Amino acid sequence: MRTINVNEVTQAIKEACIEANHFLSRDVEEKLCVAAKEEEAPLGRQVLEQLKENLKIAGEDMIPICQDTGMAVIFMEVGQDVHFEGGSLMDAVNEGVRRGYVDGFLRKSVVRDPIQRENTKDNTPAVLHTEIVPGDKVKITVAPKGFGSENMSRVFMLKPADGIEGVKNAILTAVKDAGPNACPPMVVGVGIGGTFEKCAILAKKALTRPLDQHSDIPWVAELEEEMLVKINRTGIGPGGLGGSTTAMAVNVLTYPTHIAGLPVAINICCHVNRHAVREL
Amino acid sequence: MDRQISLPMSKEDAKSLRSGDYVYLTGTIYTARDAAHKRMQEALDRGEALPLDVKDNVIYYMGPSPAREGRPIGSAGPTTASRMDKYAPALLDLGLIGMIGKGKRSQAVKDAIVRNGAVYFAAVGGAGALLSKSILSSEVIAYDDLGTEAIRKLAVKDFPVIVVIDSEGNDLYETAILAYRKD
Repeated sequence: MRTINVNEVTQAIKEACIEANHFLSRDVEEKLCVAAKEEEAPLGRQVLEQLKENLKIAGEDMIPICQDTGMAVIFMEVGQDVHFEGGSLMDAVNEGVRRGYVDGFLRKSVVRDPIQRENTKDNTPAVLHTEIVPGDKVKITVAPKGFGSENMSRVFMLKPADGIEGVKNAILTAVKDAGPNACPPMVVGVGIGGTFEKCAILAKKALTRPLDQHSDIPWVAELEEEMLVKINRTGIGPGGLGGSTTAMAVNVLTYPTHIAGLPVAINICCHVNRHAVREL
Repeated sequence: MDRQISLPMSKEDAKSLRSGDYVYLTGTIYTARDAAHKRMQEALDRGEALPLDVKDNVIYYMGPSPAREGRPIGSAGPTTASRMDKYAPALLDLGLIGMIGKGKRSQAVKDAIVRNGAVYFAAVGGAGALLSKSILSSEVIAYDDLGTEAIRKLAVKDFPVIVVIDSEGNDLYETAILAYRKD
């Protein structure tokens, strides 16, 4: 048994919120640089150069990469030998978000009630996904999610007979519908299998996988490669202004599912595919 | 074609812009997004005056992040314009001459753009740090309680945008994609 004070969780989340909103992970930045070199459209190259310049300014001047600093989505892998002390874990998580967003000059984009829509003024609450894993460590991934691309995300409850072709059509449909709204070049997170909610969480989690890695499952890795090519043939391009770089990666996660179903979720992310990791 | 345009914009300037033009805007623009548009529409429904005179002005669909000390504004990139489609035609009919956002517009908005000789610009989405460098000052002029969604008056210099929908109804999102589509 290992005891962790929840204050450590608060501090880690505060730091990760600020880091994620000012610095992209190396793999995402590298993909953007490659895209800027390989893009066919002159206007597309100009957009990608602006995005590179934007990243530089964000890091040097500590101005958020995007003004939509997102709703704070947090994946927490908790070792089963960990005991938290010092208060409620959920309260500690929200306190971390509060301090990160208030002290870090990040935008407060959360409303308390989806219909009455009063801003909570500190970007709480977070959306927390916990997973119990072996061991005595805690891994926290903070993935602030902007809603330009979140609004273009989809869940399709396909049927077994729809098969892999149905999955491919679902992905292409979501990307084409998203078009310029989702701030391409996008990262496309896909969850296949599980249940209605499981595939959506998988799709979100897929966005946190490094963009230079593929799935270990051969057919899934093939699907990722094929869909990236197909998406980049749509012509949508950087900013939706036409070009050969519509997506930087397609990341797919799968899970066993029911004999009657083939759920597919597509979580679209803009080029500001943010996540920062802390381990306790 | 690269263009320099001063704001408020003249009718002649608006009509001279073509879908695909790269434009640097200098002058005054106003921010408004979802909640501010809802309030403006409610004011119009009650027969009240708007908090800004939209005539010949440009509205930027944007809610900034907070400014650090000594800076006029935080990150300041465009939000998705289609969420304002419900409200835009009424403002265009009142003389609004331009909108800056990102993403597709409805047919009703395109019709109102053509009807009024207006223009829809895109700024590069997700480039809020870069775009903030073209904003010289920012002042909340209405709906302060809305926080980031308040209406702000911005002074901009060489603010970079691209003409997406011009006064003739040409839509860059529809035409540019065809040139690079490979299926």
